[in-house]
Amino acid sequence: MRSGRLAVAGAAALALALSAGCSGGSRETAAPTAAQTSAAGPVTLSYWSWVPNMDKIVAVWNKAHPDIQVSVSKQAGGDDAAAKFLTAAKAGNPPDLIQAEYQMLPSFVAADAVADLTAGTTQVKGEFGEGIWGLVTLGTDVVYAIPQDSGPMMLYYRKDLFDKYGVQVPQTWDEYAEAARKVHKADPKVYLGTFSSKDPGSFAGLAQQAGAQWWSIQGESWKVAIDDDATKKVADYWGGLVKEGVIDGQPYFTPEWNKALNDGTLLTWPSAVWGPGVLSSNAPKGKGKWAIAPLPQWSAGEKATGFWGGSSTAVAQKSPNQAAATQFATWLNTDPEALSLLVTEGAVYPAATKGGAALTSAPDYFSNQPDFWRQTADISATARGFTFGPDVNVTYNAFKDAFDKAVQDTSSFSDAVKVMQETTVADMQKSGFQLAQ
Amino acid sequence: MRAHRPSGARGAGAAPYLFLAPAVVLFTLFTAVPIVYTAYLSLRRTKVSGLGLGRGARREVFAGLDNYRAAVGDGELWAGWLRVLGYGAIVLTVMLGLALLFALLLDSAHVRLARFSRIALFLPYAVPGVVATLLWGFLYLPSVTPLRDLGIDAVLLGPGTVTFSMANIAVWGGTGFNMLVLYTALRAVPRTYYEAARIDGASERQIALRIKIPILMPAIILTTVFSVIATVQVFTEPTALRPLTNTISSTWSPLMKVYRDAFVNGDLYSAAATSIVIAAISLVLSFGFLRVVRDRAFQEG
Repeated sequence: MRSGRLAVAGAAALALALSAGCSGGSRETAAPTAAQTSAAGPVTLSYWSWVPNMDKIVAVWNKAHPDIQVSVSKQAGGDDAAAKFLTAAKAGNPPDLIQAEYQMLPSFVAADAVADLTAGTTQVKGEFGEGIWGLVTLGTDVVYAIPQDSGPMMLYYRKDLFDKYGVQVPQTWDEYAEAARKVHKADPKVYLGTFSSKDPGSFAGLAQQAGAQWWSIQGESWKVAIDDDATKKVADYWGGLVKEGVIDGQPYFTPEWNKALNDGTLLTWPSAVWGPGVLSSNAPKGKGKWAIAPLPQWSAGEKATGFWGGSSTAVAQKSPNQAAATQFATWLNTDPEALSLLVTEGAVYPAATKGGAALTSAPDYFSNQPDFWRQTADISATARGFTFGPDVNVTYNAFKDAFDKAVQDTSSFSDAVKVMQETTVADMQKSGFQLAQ
Repeated sequence: MRAHRPSGARGAGAAPYLFLAPAVVLFTLFTAVPIVYTAYLSLRRTKVSGLGLGRGARREVFAGLDNYRAAVGDGELWAGWLRVLGYGAIVLTVMLGLALLFALLLDSAHVRLARFSRIALFLPYAVPGVVATLLWGFLYLPSVTPLRDLGIDAVLLGPGTVTFSMANIAVWGGTGFNMLVLYTALRAVPRTYYEAARIDGASERQIALRIKIPILMPAIILTTVFSVIATVQVFTEPTALRPLTNTISSTWSPLMKVYRDAFVNGDLYSAAATSIVIAAISLVLSFGFLRVVRDRAFQEG
């Protein structure tokens, strides 16, 4: 199977190389006509996903739909899968279905790699909240994917150690900063939190909470405002704390960070709803000691949060079975049975509003907090996102390089935000995107 | 007899090409075509109109030498070369120096446990680069390293030390292989040379310096060229270490920049141009080195 794929990819690349002179036109005609000839005979759809146990979920579909068989190819994760998908789409050999993170979807659309699902999904819209739906339409009238899961952000904190250090759950970011100082003063080895220069998604979520709008569409042009006031406020807040030395500057998801989560030298993690999975595997010793609360707010009494992560199911433009693929994607993300499988087998937080019904018992790791899902639902209702642009990958890479440096040198974080803005604009200008001022 | 000759000659004429065909076909498919395609890509770029969403909003157009101009004019690429130069200087001297030393020691008359040492020194080479890097990465991270328990409290992934830490991984992994190449070359030397030298009163050290090293010159040059090429292409170590520290940027080495352009930024065209620039520099470096040392290398032959 693998080598067969490779051979096809090789042949496709070769054909592309040989026929490269006549690019464009000829390659774009195949898909739309094929879309209408759906499910005439048994079709096999390939599906790239990194949801755990997706093969078990798909098996349920396959049993009920002998005409549309789906085969799952397990992917390593978001960024790698996205790069791989774009490359495969360029080579003319993409999978029929792909798990697409919301921030990568515009890049897929811009590369003409995903199909327009508007026609097949008119009845689906009502299943999702406005904010989530905007992420798969990019704020236009066209539907490019079907939402699968979402990642509203909240504050994970060590309840036991908060009590030990005499810290209240912070309601505002000012209180969070105070708590950071207090805790670090009490024990210089202990930090309230860390700022990760490796996780642009987390930073984007925090910026969303503050009301940032990094991209927006104005008529026929893009407006890029990564260095807006809200984002600079967030950046300087964390930059100040890192400079002061009361917030650590080590990235998330490193062995060191795992250790800190585990041994109680790191007390909070502003993260998303998928946090329990990470905590239970990376900090097994903390079981029953962590709790959740809404993210601290920028002004008292406010209620807002952002999204970190979350993904959708998209159909490849080059798939010969778009209608069948759309049918599967719709089932997977809106059918009650599929939603409950996604929750129990895949441990995802479904984007569909009906998904809440499947979330009954709190995650094992949070057995001390029986109202985990009720809290999550409340927090989720206050989440706001923003439209992502067509070159998020460039922006996110600029984030990593610029903030790596800023953390290292404890230099201005809002300058790093400016680098993100400039890099993004330069890349878009180079490609020829129309930009609004 | 005469009538047969033309057909016989024709048969002999076709046979070599037939034998050559597999090599030519493989070379064309897997070397020539990709190179030509890369060169072709490097002359193109995407042109987006308007929002760039939907069908036909993105076209591939001829870009002339723009990508090359951008590649050569990008300060990050040259900063990357500079970093790799520093890294390469450490790796080349330490790794090849150690490899030579170990090869000479193993070949000397008084060595004990030669077989064990040879395997022990070679073993790191069998560890895949990514595994080796993660292994060392864990040793470098301050809070999980056992080095701290031994009383060594150094910042091994800081801005000033990360190059050395990375070079250490390459040295650890590469010394064994280079030692083996040199050692094999040494074993091929007739023992009578050493006997003659000993009769003339040469010490082991003199034999090593005056006989073995000069005889080894071609092998030393070979390993140096290989190491130069490997250094120019350094990618695995910094890429695998990057998630662990914030001192390594996405363009730390030239090849990392190619990877970033192609697969992170989605700009295959710039990446193609940059890789051709890197290939050119790598060619100049290795052929330049060969030219400088050619006389010495082939004197013995």
